[in-house]
Amino acid sequence: MANPERDEVTGTETTGHEWDGIKELNTPLPRWWVWTFYATIIWGIGYMIAYPAIPLAHTNTKGVLGTTNRSELKAEMKAAEAAKGKFLAKMKKMSVEEIAKDPEMREFAVHAGKAAFKVNCVSCHGSGAQGAYGYPNLNDDDWLWGGTLEDIHYTITNGVRYNPDSNEDTRTSDMPTFGGPDGTLTPEQIDAVAEYVLKLSGQKHDEAKAAEGDKIFHGDAGCNGCHGDKGEGIKDVGGPRLADKIWLYKGDKASIVSQISKPKHGVMPAWKSRLDDATIKALTVYVHSLGGGAKS
Amino acid sequence: MGLFNNHDKVERSATLLLILSFVVVTVGGLVEIAPLFWLDNTIEKVKGMRPYTPLELAGRKIYIREGCYLCHSQMIRPFRDEVERYGHYSLAAESMYDHPFQWGSKRTGPDLARVGGRYSDKWHREHMHDPRSVVPESVMPGYPFLAKTELDYEHIADDMRTNAIVGVPYTQDMIKNAKADVVAQATGEDTEGLVKRYGQKTFGSAVPLKARDFDGNPKKITELDALIAYLQMLGTLVDFKTFKPEGENLR
Amino acid sequence: MGVTIRLTQMALLGAGALLSIFMMANAVDTPFAIHMGIFLIAAVLGLIFVGRSLVGGVQPPSQDEYFDTVVRAGIIATVFWGVIGFTMGVYIASELAYPWLNFDVPWLNFGRLRPVHTSAVIFAFGGNGLIATSFYVVQRTNRTRLAFGNLAWFVFWGYQLFIVLAATGYVMGVTQGREYAEPEWYVDLWLTIVWVAYFLVFFGTLVKRKVSHIYVANWFYLSFIVTIAMLHLGNNMAVPVSFFGYKSYSLFSGAPDAITQWWYGHNAVGFFLTAGFLGMMYYFVPKRANRPVYSYRLSIVHFWALIFTYIWAGPHHLHYTALPDWVQTLGMVMSIILWMPSWGGMINGLMTLSGAWDKLRTDPILRMMVISVAFYGMSTFEGPMMAIKSVNALSHYTDWTVGHVHSGALGWVGMITMGSVYYIVPKLWNRARLYSETLVSWHFWLATLGIVVYASSMWVSGIMQGLMWREYDAQGFLVYSFAETVEAMHPYYALRALGGAFYLVGGLLMAFNVWQTIKGNIRSGEAVAEAARA
Ligand code: HEC
Ligand code: HEC
Ligand code: HEC
Ligand code: HEM
Ligand code: HEM
Ligand SMILES: [Ca+2]
Ligand SMILES: [Ca+2]
Ligand SMILES: [Cu+2]
Repeated sequence: MANPERDEVTGTETTGHEWDGIKELNTPLPRWWVWTFYATIIWGIGYMIAYPAIPLAHTNTKGVLGTTNRSELKAEMKAAEAAKGKFLAKMKKMSVEEIAKDPEMREFAVHAGKAAFKVNCVSCHGSGAQGAYGYPNLNDDDWLWGGTLEDIHYTITNGVRYNPDSNEDTRTSDMPTFGGPDGTLTPEQIDAVAEYVLKLSGQKHDEAKAAEGDKIFHGDAGCNGCHGDKGEGIKDVGGPRLADKIWLYKGDKASIVSQISKPKHGVMPAWKSRLDDATIKALTVYVHSLGGGAKS
Repeated sequence: MGLFNNHDKVERSATLLLILSFVVVTVGGLVEIAPLFWLDNTIEKVKGMRPYTPLELAGRKIYIREGCYLCHSQMIRPFRDEVERYGHYSLAAESMYDHPFQWGSKRTGPDLARVGGRYSDKWHREHMHDPRSVVPESVMPGYPFLAKTELDYEHIADDMRTNAIVGVPYTQDMIKNAKADVVAQATGEDTEGLVKRYGQKTFGSAVPLKARDFDGNPKKITELDALIAYLQMLGTLVDFKTFKPEGENLR
Repeated sequence: MGVTIRLTQMALLGAGALLSIFMMANAVDTPFAIHMGIFLIAAVLGLIFVGRSLVGGVQPPSQDEYFDTVVRAGIIATVFWGVIGFTMGVYIASELAYPWLNFDVPWLNFGRLRPVHTSAVIFAFGGNGLIATSFYVVQRTNRTRLAFGNLAWFVFWGYQLFIVLAATGYVMGVTQGREYAEPEWYVDLWLTIVWVAYFLVFFGTLVKRKVSHIYVANWFYLSFIVTIAMLHLGNNMAVPVSFFGYKSYSLFSGAPDAITQWWYGHNAVGFFLTAGFLGMMYYFVPKRANRPVYSYRLSIVHFWALIFTYIWAGPHHLHYTALPDWVQTLGMVMSIILWMPSWGGMINGLMTLSGAWDKLRTDPILRMMVISVAFYGMSTFEGPMMAIKSVNALSHYTDWTVGHVHSGALGWVGMITMGSVYYIVPKLWNRARLYSETLVSWHFWLATLGIVVYASSMWVSGIMQGLMWREYDAQGFLVYSFAETVEAMHPYYALRALGGAFYLVGGLLMAFNVWQTIKGNIRSGEAVAEAARA
């Protein structure tokens, strides 16, 4: 390159090579580029000194700051708990009834319960606790298993039909399968008793068949044993109230027939192994506060 | 400048350019990957980890086949909001039998690392059949075909044998009884052998093992049986009472 | 001589066909049988093709200076797969906005179609673009014909076969479950063969070059080819369950498997989507602008710094996971050091225009190339920023990542490829100019608008999503359920699909324009950019 060529436009030297008409300028490295590059390298060395970075024979360098992702979380959780500490400590000692009576604690519990509800319960009971097909609405005062604080606390702690083999405390009561080959009712009988349920819930029905169904309901089938003589429901066995327009499943004839023939046996998980004591109490107070909480 | 003049040599030799480039691109990978195999703190020492049962393994195959990992992570990060939302942060030990890992990189749906036991089988059935029937806001696809497709577990023992080759501690006994164990777990009947092989006696006190008809259709063993069996065990193995978040476990 | 080669080829194809039949007959699962059927069809087509040329009399090897027929095929494939890939993108984007589009059908499900999209755009569209342009560039900058005769044709058709196997596999549920490396073991083996052939052709051409120095574009292409080979082999180490079935299990598990995958995944970005396309940039930008490359010295420093540093940055995909902290630290540090080496390429691309900025006003093709380099600069600034652990804590798992991906993918990869296609098509088919530059201008604006809508909606939704997940109320409790965050994303998902549709329409205009140009048509009444005549 004895006599370097210069680019006319920029006045910069070229390297003297040419490929398919492409030439290269010999422009020096931009200063700011070089300095920024160095700066990132120096910063990187500093960062590697500060934090775990270099693998050794059995472990790695720990960094002069001595923190890790997990140790930082530990500190953060401690701080978060400290901020709530006063309430949490009290909550552990108080019963759900006591919490609900103490205005300050109650407000705290409703907040905590709402958060826990959004994280754990909305997939079944809906974003507004309004329920869905097969998953009860928790806003109303129609309770399957009882709406007192104690009842709700028990339901949430132990669940409903949740692993009954290993979880003896879970709420269970299985409506028998009345239909099918092993069922105790014939299709005609099921049809009749369904008409009676329609009548109980104040819907259009066939009077003659309903009268027939009445006998079955209070007779051999023993529906009243779980749903009450007037279809008012029996909370001890989770038998839903049939004499209203609120349905766990659906209230049309086909759905009623299907439930009698082959009941669904909905399952609600027990939360005692997943959530701590305080959270379950908070959930109880929150659910109770949704509107339909019963006094006792 | 020296550098620029010496570079001339590289530019005039294709072989030199090739060799130098190759050397330069190998360094980073070697330094970052190889030590993981010898450092003591790569995988925490915990109690309760067991290999997947054959039914769970079959469910995991379906999870991969359907590309669930493209919407769901299985990796809870050590952040306050994540541990409050999903549960204890994930440990490396919890995926040590995962070939391949399924940590994911996108959460279009929630993390599934600890979804086991959170919902009922029935909920999963409804949710897999039509997600919007239980969660109206959901954008997850429906998978109604899973409940209709019978599980093909003819060769599940081969899958386990291959896993054993890549390091999963499946015993001959487990491999031999693979098909029987699928049936036992998906029906909940005759489970003694299954429990002996994968249960508490073998893998420690906390190890849960769920055996029942998962898809609500006791007559058939379907792909949905396998998938729900897999989902219901996710994140339930490690006994966190024995995991101490201190020392090398903090890394 | 020609006849022996043909006979050897036929023997190989025949053996391949027999092997496919044998594998198909013993297959333990349907997808594997179908795939062996596809192999068989490919082998039979090959036999017919080679056989016919044997019957019709073997032509002596072409004496043309350059082997361009294969480049033409590659460019057509690029345009074709581009349109397919964009369509898949718009479809899966619509599925997230309107989930009924999944139709409850296995092969239309988001989970199966998403890899079809990513592989179609990265490997089919991007890969064909890289193979075609690298063949074009390596011949011209070394003034020699491609090495090893018709091996380049094998590379082209072998690669298309790989794409078909990958895509049909995904819709049937055949996947390794590793992002961007979804194809199963036998497809991986096939790709290995094709890639070795690609390497031989490219490297062989470099070796027999007729110029003393190797041009910088070729450094990038070569490092791309070599590194992808290494990554592909490293990340796909797996044991098949049966030699007659599709399923395999990866050799590693858990944390070591995760870092292997992202060592691969990140460098699929670094070498496929970056180094390869930088090779493209280093040829087509100076050609189109008709200006010398800005700085030779910068080329050297940024090339070596880039390829060295990229490899280290994979752990930024695993921040705060169960991967040990020390690896995350290294990944983060190297990602930030990577900022300037990346910008070296941007500076060289943009500053090559010094003295030619006025051409941007009249030349939509050059405009496309320049905005591409600008997006490259933007995403390589955003990337290091997202690699900072505290930023990644928010961005990871959210749509912010998807926004970042597509500002790089639609902006940089897409635009540089399409700009190069517009440049190369009239040259390859000996046309005076493109059918229409007005359509290019339309394409430019549609694509740019599409990117802006896409990326900005994903930034908003990503940051919103990240903030909602960790939103606390005054008492210190989480505010939102996951379902509420999903609901909040809906408008942005719809908007993203719209942005993608703009981009797709641009792609369709390109396909039309290229087709018309190939047919030799010229749209009358258009002012023509000066560069088009150069
Ligand atoms: C897997 C779905 C599911 C989840 C998750 C769930 N539930 Fe339930 N829940 C149910 C079902 C099903 C029932 C009704 C069971 C029955 O048929 O009696 C129920 C019943 C209840 C009841 C009793 C209602 C009554 O009328 O007596 C309460 C209270 C309740 N759930 C609260 C909660 C809370 C609080 C949470 C979250 C911590 C929660 N649930 C999570 C499914 C679920
Ligand atoms: C052993 C107790 C028991 C008996 C006996 C019983 N049920 Fe039930 N029934 C229940 C329970 C518990 C539920 C709700 C749980 C479920 O299946 O998910 C229920 C639910 C129902 C429902 C649906 C209510 C709704 O809100 O959707 C109908 C209708 C019904 N039963 C009718 C009957 C009739 C008619 C009979 C008699 C032929 C009968 N039940 C016998 C326990 C019983
Ligand atoms: C298009 C994205 C997408 C795909 C693909 C997808 N999901 Fe989901 N998933 C979601 C979304 C969004 C939610 C949250 C809303 C809901 O509960 O449906 C969800 C929720 C879930 C949940 C409930 C988690 C919880 O804690 O509430 C489970 C379990 C689940 N998905 C399993 C799967 C399985 C198994 C697959 C594959 C067969 C799959 N998903 C595929 C998007 C997806
Ligand atoms: C019409 C244009 C496009 C549209 C509408 C589109 C749409 C999408 C959608 C909806 C996703 C899934 C995101 C999610 O899971 O939330 C996606 C992922 C992806 N796309 Fe595209 N895309 C387009 C073009 C491209 C192009 C041209 C490329 C590459 C060259 C590309 C590369 C990718 C990659 C790499 C991913 C995976 C991202 C990740 O895992 O984070 N896309 N795209
Ligand atoms: C200096 C350069 C770059 C750096 C440091 C960088 C960094 C990052 C980071 C931190 C992520 C997020 C990982 C996560 O949280 O999951 C990411 C994702 C991604 N980036 Fe980049 N980026 C760079 C350039 C680019 C370019 C130019 C492209 C494309 C053309 C690109 C394509 C991608 C893709 C496809 C992903 C998604 C991976 C996945 O999760 O599937 N990146 N990048
Ligand atoms: Ca079953
Ligand atoms: Ca693969
Ligand atoms: Cu990356």
